Amino acid sequence: MPLRGPAETHLRPALPGWRAKIGGVSSLPPEVPGTVDPAYAVADYGSTARRAPSRPLVALPAAATERHGPRFGADRVSAGDADLTRQHPVEPIGERINVSGRLLDADGRPIAGQLVEIWQANAAGRYAHDRDQHPAPLDPGFTGGGRCLTDGDGGYRFTTIKPGAYPWGNHPNAWRPAHIHFSVFGRSFTERLVTQMYFPGDPLLAYDPIFAAVRDPAARDRLVSAFDWETTEEAWALGYRFDIVVAGHLATPPDRR
Amino acid sequence: MTGTTPSQTVGPFFRFGFAWMDQADLIAPGSVGAVTLVGQVTDGDGAPVPDAVIEIWQADADGQFPRGTDGPWHGFGRSLTDDQGRYRFTTVRPGRVDGRQAPHIDVSVFARGLLQRVVTRIYLPDEVEANAGDPVLAALEPDRRATLVAEAVDAVDGSQLAFDIRLQGDQETVFFAW
Repeated sequence: MPLRGPAETHLRPALPGWRAKIGGVSSLPPEVPGTVDPAYAVADYGSTARRAPSRPLVALPAAATERHGPRFGADRVSAGDADLTRQHPVEPIGERINVSGRLLDADGRPIAGQLVEIWQANAAGRYAHDRDQHPAPLDPGFTGGGRCLTDGDGGYRFTTIKPGAYPWGNHPNAWRPAHIHFSVFGRSFTERLVTQMYFPGDPLLAYDPIFAAVRDPAARDRLVSAFDWETTEEAWALGYRFDIVVAGHLATPPDRR
Repeated sequence: MTGTTPSQTVGPFFRFGFAWMDQADLIAPGSVGAVTLVGQVTDGDGAPVPDAVIEIWQADADGQFPRGTDGPWHGFGRSLTDDQGRYRFTTVRPGRVDGRQAPHIDVSVFARGLLQRVVTRIYLPDEVEANAGDPVLAALEPDRRATLVAEAVDAVDGSQLAFDIRLQGDQETVFFAW
């Protein structure tokens, strides 16, 4: 995708490498089989420089520890935890949305009764976090954290408000596309996943090094939710759909001793 | 096979979303068999990582995993690092889960700058014989192997363990995939 639009005028010539990569994510080398995607070390995402492991990962012969995983009962999560618009006496500012989908394993089987956690910025692009210094207003009606357990069909559903884009210090005039952070637990330790859900048609996606760190374009697209009439509620909220498919399914069935 | 959803970083601003389950005590401190597990997460410069999420997952003392969701023992803990990159858990010594591998605790690290979690294992320092026969440890060079074995600190009964996690550089912790 070529760079175009107003953002281009703000890009500095001092960053030719950054421009080339973010503007042309589809021309990056294809995923090498057996390597993780996204890779740990990504030049355009500065925080990886001192935190990405420098040694190759070691293949782990799985024990029962990896074949089992934590389970969270209904006692840990209440129904209200899935509605982020009703956590305060006042309602949040912003565009109310329903976000729903299914949690599946790599064979397409639903993962029932597992924990889904989300957290996000408010409609102005500000997190309820003391280290977030973006000069946008906090919202007394919104904290931005929610959780639920998947139903028997792997389904989950949240009501929240659409998060705003926000600036970050990665490079000049850097903006994160609007996103909701997701944390999910599969059936086993190996299926644990933390990711981010993006919104369809967001022009900032083409400029985001975290999104672009996923080299396979088809895999990258799976991070983008779809607008959904079915969960759009008349005179109330727009619906977005985001299915989450966790890798890490081990070939041998879990030891149920 | 269905296309899987890629990982993305946990970012720096997760605390308000994760704190509800900042479950550092897998069992009550001071109870019989309680072990304190502490450590520091550092980056390639040796600087503390103050915005990491450490999760542990382990068998109980008998090598068993919870069968359901009931009961006080979940085998799972989550600790958010402090300004010095330190985490802390109160847990129990894990038992053996099979005849070959030595007792261990699985660890996930999430942080800003980590596009995927890194996974490592904590082995117990006083399980000398079991560790010597462990195929995972045996496959590693000795200096790398040492990064996976906790240190016993300040206690003769093995009830206080330290395990530092070095994301990068000298003495980089061994990280696993499957």
